[in-house]
Amino acid sequence: MAIDTRKYIFSEGIDRYFTGVHSAWKFTARFFKEVFRRPFHLREVINQSFEVGLKSLPLITLTGFIVGVVFTKQSRPSLEDFGATSWLPSLIGIAIVRALGPLVTALICAGKVGSSIGAELGSMKVTEQIDAMEVSAINPFKYLVVSRVLATTITIPILSLYCSFVGLYGSYVNVHTEESSSIISFYQSAFSTISFLDIFTSVTKALVYGFTIGMVGAYKGFHATQGTRGVGKAANQAVVLAMFLIFIEELVIVQLSNWIRYF
Amino acid sequence: MFSYPTGSDIFKAMAENPKHIINYDEEVIAITGLYKSFDDIPVLKGIDFKLFKGENVAVLGKSGTGKSVLIKIIVGLLKPDKGEVLVLDQQVDKLNTKELDALRLRIGFSFQSSALYDSMNVYQNLAFPLTMNVQHLSKNEVKDAVEEVLESVGLKDKINQMPSDLSGGQRKRIGIARTLILKPDIMLYDEPTSGLDPITSAEINELINEVQEKYNTSSVIITHDLTCAKNTGNRIALLLNGKFLKVGKFEEVFESDDEHVKGFFNYNFIQ
Repeated sequence: MAIDTRKYIFSEGIDRYFTGVHSAWKFTARFFKEVFRRPFHLREVINQSFEVGLKSLPLITLTGFIVGVVFTKQSRPSLEDFGATSWLPSLIGIAIVRALGPLVTALICAGKVGSSIGAELGSMKVTEQIDAMEVSAINPFKYLVVSRVLATTITIPILSLYCSFVGLYGSYVNVHTEESSSIISFYQSAFSTISFLDIFTSVTKALVYGFTIGMVGAYKGFHATQGTRGVGKAANQAVVLAMFLIFIEELVIVQLSNWIRYF
Repeated sequence: MFSYPTGSDIFKAMAENPKHIINYDEEVIAITGLYKSFDDIPVLKGIDFKLFKGENVAVLGKSGTGKSVLIKIIVGLLKPDKGEVLVLDQQVDKLNTKELDALRLRIGFSFQSSALYDSMNVYQNLAFPLTMNVQHLSKNEVKDAVEEVLESVGLKDKINQMPSDLSGGQRKRIGIARTLILKPDIMLYDEPTSGLDPITSAEINELINEVQEKYNTSSVIITHDLTCAKNTGNRIALLLNGKFLKVGKFEEVFESDDEHVKGFFNYNFIQ
């Protein structure tokens, strides 16, 4: 009788894909299990929030401002054709608060914070620092992963609101150079069309993006192998996967918010 | 405490085995029929091993024979495929997280790479396991504990330095100090002298013996360095092809007629 010596159920690639999905699922489930358990490393969460938030602030400020200016510049000619330039603040307000603010913040943080978490944890993994924590009876998942994921989940929504505000200011600067309008009337006009649902959706999106960035970075770092090459790979994969998931989430959340808006 | 050893000091240390009272009635580690494989490749093939209270056992063997795997199983970083691993009368692979953590507080693990936390200075590296495991310690108590272990390893002046500013030997010592801060009953050393020059290696060997005497620890020293094994081990266990080929005093193992044992020692001397 022939003995089945197959090593894989489907093929190496497909098996590895499903094993990866299962491992990521277990990792995420472990986060929710550990996050409510003592000890709470509050100091580490604050330290990490500082790392994520304050250090990303200059980049977010610059990018948000440029997005506001460029988007206004690009939108003006189309509105001018219809004689509707007075709608510019409302259009920019909706675009920035609903979509651009959270998305730009998330993409910048995926590159800056996600890669940094992936590389840091990856380096700790390959140099046995994570094992060293474990043998000292310290839960490395709780100390390293939970604190970082909480930090990104808390900080990225704040950065996103800040980015939207700066983007609107950039838009105002562009509008002001053309029409010399006041900042108060610009912001009033911009916010007149923004509903509670828009703000709520924007913050929810940023929360989900923050969680994704932290989780993907931590997962990739925590599972880094093959020495220094693995660290680079973990950092790279953390950015690529986080960005990919952010776009998928954007699509899903927009669909859901539209569904809520119209029904 | 750790004056730079002269040539005669080193030869003297090499000639003397550590003097220590060993209680052969009390087993701190008892392993029976231990098997472990990775991706269907067997690494440990039926290990039986005992470590007695106050004893240092040096596990010798070629690279890739599973020496480090053995101590990682002892500390619960890896799970055995088969066999019983009793550490301080507790079966390691049957413990829950809380019980395993409590056991780990009684085991010190010194990593081959030292595994110091890059983002912390020496003080923070040493204080970290203490503050995370012992509650309600004042800042002064933590500082005193850190200074005490740093003094034990002769590096009190490095307290504010970052790991990247330390030499390989200093990193090893700080790594050992970090494990000593929790006053363990068992010490596991993974290649304590690898990558070090002979003089620094002799200092580390001396430190291992001092730790045994001062802290009354029982230790497993994983090494492929014959000098380290001879100077630190009360017994030597030679691990070849996933099994202990010979266990006994250095001279007994060294003078064994077994072809494989002879081959290992001859190879090391040629190296």
